[in-house]
Amino acid sequence: MKRIYLDHNATTPVHPEVKAAMLPYYEDLFGNASSVHSYGREAREAIDVAREQVAELIGASSPTEIIFTSGGTESDNHAIKGTALSKADKKGNHIIISPIEHHAVENTCEYLEKRGFEVTHLQVDKYGIIDLQNLEDAIKDTTILISVMHANNEVGTIQPLAEVGKIAKERGILLHTDAVQSVGKIPLNVDELGVDLLSLSAHKIYGPKGIGALYIRKGTRIDSLLHGGHHERNRRAGTENVPGIVGLGKASEIAKKEMEANREHLWSLTEKLRAGIQEEIEFVRQNGHPEQRLPNTLNFSFEFVEGEALILSLDMQGICVSTGSACTSGSLEPSHVLAAIGLPPEIAHGSVRISLGRDNTEEEINYVLETLPSVVNRLRAMSPLYADRMKKRKEGKL
Amino acid sequence: MKSEFQSQYSTKVMEHFMNPQNVGQIEDPSGVGDVGNPTCGDIMRLFIKVEDGVITDAKFMTFGCGAAIATSSMVTEMVKGKTVEEALEISNRTVTEALGGLPKVKMHCSVLSEQALKSAINDYYERQDKPSPVNIPEDEHEQCDLYDSDEEE
Ligand SMILES: Cc1ncc(COP(=O)(O)O)c(C=O)c1O
Ligand code: FES
Repeated sequence: MKRIYLDHNATTPVHPEVKAAMLPYYEDLFGNASSVHSYGREAREAIDVAREQVAELIGASSPTEIIFTSGGTESDNHAIKGTALSKADKKGNHIIISPIEHHAVENTCEYLEKRGFEVTHLQVDKYGIIDLQNLEDAIKDTTILISVMHANNEVGTIQPLAEVGKIAKERGILLHTDAVQSVGKIPLNVDELGVDLLSLSAHKIYGPKGIGALYIRKGTRIDSLLHGGHHERNRRAGTENVPGIVGLGKASEIAKKEMEANREHLWSLTEKLRAGIQEEIEFVRQNGHPEQRLPNTLNFSFEFVEGEALILSLDMQGICVSTGSACTSGSLEPSHVLAAIGLPPEIAHGSVRISLGRDNTEEEINYVLETLPSVVNRLRAMSPLYADRMKKRKEGKL
Repeated sequence: MKSEFQSQYSTKVMEHFMNPQNVGQIEDPSGVGDVGNPTCGDIMRLFIKVEDGVITDAKFMTFGCGAAIATSSMVTEMVKGKTVEEALEISNRTVTEALGGLPKVKMHCSVLSEQALKSAINDYYERQDKPSPVNIPEDEHEQCDLYDSDEEE
């Protein structure tokens, strides 16, 4: 059976050109970038090129502001713990985050909280957008860091980050953003956003897994997490993952080049899908902001059905998507994002994230639109909640 | 997003999930069991028809995950043709075994099917004004702490 991959916010396939760029660094060009001889120099040069490619993608003024990490999770940890550690003894211990952060931010802050830091979670509206007044009110003398993700991985909502940047700058507080989902998908410039720290990850932009970067604005004081050799100008010890770095660099270059075309392509496919779903299926809600969203991401709640059952059914039809639903009777953790945007639990349970990628086609979207209604109907036909609702409707109560 | 469930369902579970048996309602049931809670993400409604002490038909409707649907299907298959007393012997363990096992995080889904069956049988006794011998297993829904907000201020 043909499979249709619609889970690009989880990960993406490696772009063929990225893979081709990486391969030599597993073969002839295997050198350690710290070596003085020619093998070392080749590796060093490749890393320098990649650093420029990443800097270019996010508008960093100098490649020296980029350090390579093992991915988005490490970048988030580095930004937050590194700031906390460097500031702890002097200025303060208060950190402000949004309530819809990825666990890499959320759980890092929870860890710091247990160690005496104070963490404030902002509020978001029904689309997942933070309230700037709420942010201003949350700032204290002891605030050392604001961390607000650029675009949300589950619902795709984009934050008014430039506004946050202005506030942070005025108050002299560092601003970190987890831009793992927005980098490469929408135009992004660290100066325009006013961020001091920015996390990104290669595998969300058609690069390899296990490699990412942290942007650290020049002059930002931040401690290191990994101590050892003098790699990454003493900011991240460990022999560099040269093929991975080359892959991230190439992926960044391609993302920049293809961004406009991809954005248009993805926006038109997702709008077609959205319109089709809303036309064909009753009792559906779109989650996240309908316009201020990533061009590739849709999130829907299909009332009266449970997300896992829906995902499994779609998988049997070759359609691969994901859910933030998790039945709580078994103490599985449900999506904190859907909770934060105020979805009633029984509706959050029927939520599905559909995230498209550059290779998806209109035929695939047509197939989804042909398949999805019958999959939802099959589960609804089994659902006691749906039966009750239909009964009420018949009785003219709704 | 959650992924614990993937890859771990047995073929038997997937069979029952994709082709569940006995979906629907019984118009004139001898007993109905309604368990679970939509806010937790699961509800099972189980109907039984009893004639001369034998369960001649069983049907279900379930709002829940793949395991919840598969165990509902299995439990309705298992009770048909059994006497009410025999049906009371069915436990979440026997249902799970018949399905070739379930992932650990999914065990409570099978508990739900046992609860649904027992509460249907309980209902059957109550409708006849007979004392019910049924012991309904512990409700797990105290654990359901969705939106147990962690905001302090
Ligand atoms: C918003 C966000 N932040 C961080 C991460 C973690 O990135 P990585 O998988 O590279 O550690 C992800 C991906 O899962 C993400 O979507
Ligand atoms: S019914 Fe709760 S996870 Fe299956």
